[in-house]
Amino acid sequence: MASYIALNYWELAAASVFVFMNAGLSVIFSLRVHRSMLVAAIRMVAQLALVGLVLTTLFSIVSPLWTGLAALGMVLFAGHEAAQRQERRLSGWWSYGLGTGCMMMASVLVTVFALLIAVRPNPWYDPRYAIPLLGMILGNCMTGIALGLDTLTTSLVSRRASVEAQLMLGATRRDAAAPVTREALRSALMPTINSMAVTGVVSLPGMMTGQILGGVPPAEAVKYQILVMFLIAGGTGLGAVTAVLGGVYRLTDGRHRLRLDRLASPRVS
Amino acid sequence: MLQVRDLRTNILKPASLSLSAGECIAVRGPSGAGKTLLLRAIADLDPNDGVVTLEGRDRSTIAGPEWRRLVGYVPAEPGWWADTVGEHFGEWTAALALVRHLGFPEETKAWPIARLSTGERLRLALIRALMALPKVLLLDEPTAALDAASVAAVESLIGARIRAGLAVLWVTHDSEQAKRIAHRLLVVEAGKIREEAFEWLATSP
Repeated sequence: MASYIALNYWELAAASVFVFMNAGLSVIFSLRVHRSMLVAAIRMVAQLALVGLVLTTLFSIVSPLWTGLAALGMVLFAGHEAAQRQERRLSGWWSYGLGTGCMMMASVLVTVFALLIAVRPNPWYDPRYAIPLLGMILGNCMTGIALGLDTLTTSLVSRRASVEAQLMLGATRRDAAAPVTREALRSALMPTINSMAVTGVVSLPGMMTGQILGGVPPAEAVKYQILVMFLIAGGTGLGAVTAVLGGVYRLTDGRHRLRLDRLASPRVS
Repeated sequence: MLQVRDLRTNILKPASLSLSAGECIAVRGPSGAGKTLLLRAIADLDPNDGVVTLEGRDRSTIAGPEWRRLVGYVPAEPGWWADTVGEHFGEWTAALALVRHLGFPEETKAWPIARLSTGERLRLALIRALMALPKVLLLDEPTAALDAASVAAVESLIGARIRAGLAVLWVTHDSEQAKRIAHRLLVVEAGKIREEAFEWLATSP
């Protein structure tokens, strides 16, 4: 294994000086964010410490059951986050269920593909590979699905007259919703395309940087990064397409009617 | 031709009516009474209960898109899904006779939707609906924003179609127009519909 420089707690404490510096700036310029800045920093430290503990345990026992449970927990949390990010939500369980279901299907499928076909650790469910890969795919898939569903619901509401005009002339629900569906899918896939286009030029991806800091030769880190970008594109595409088509299906019915009554009332913010 | 029995939504009270081929029924009533909901329910655009048949065929046996081609509906504020007028018509040349009849030049095809007036939109939406050759036409105040000449053109166009067998449900606030175009009169009030005799109109202000 390649060498890396371990950090001790005094070095971390020294770096935390920058957070206090930000808090100080907030006081000086009366930005009133010093409180939330400190709370966020403490949360970050606590959450990461907990994750470190959980991962250490997971990696040492290498159990398919506990790896699966950890993956399930990540998917459920991502589903909650995606539902929170939408302005107009589907009513009832559909709001949480559709996003979470599609996210689970897409990210698990792509992760298992990567483990079985590309990375091939032994055993294939080795959490040291499975959990970080799932995490990266899930995070991007979540953003894509949240963007796609948000665009779909807000566009269907704002362009209701144009969708119904086509229905009135005898269009099927698929044809009438096609322009809005396309728009939703485009906005879901745009971040992935943009990030692929600028990766390595504008931004050095976190995973690759991490591997390089961990002592992996850059050429090897780059190969991993390319693999991950492909997986992210696949997971986001698969998840967003199923979620948006599921949303169109739910917001129309078998009589080819537009069913905006199946949206929850908008949130007061 | 069109039979409606106990048609209801969560707002509209059970409504029954029958409309024969070549017949026009005027629909009147205060704003918010449910006239639009009645037309939308007949066109099956909102969830509804009740029995609706066309020429003896039950609506539930006909797919939604096919039903809406048979029973056309022109709302008070028609929607547009593309940028120019022509894109909303399958074949512009086939629509030309109607387009000219309602006072538009042939170049209207290239006009951007965003620049159309309310009255122009209403007339073009009417042509669009007629192009599907419906057996029943549901009109929601089709002449509300038109000048006198355009009102006359629309009335003569629809009148000719009615004489050729088209059945029409025509929402209008204008009792003079109702008398000119319709054979019968329905009044919608607080979600309920009832038929009224035309004589009543003569004495109303």
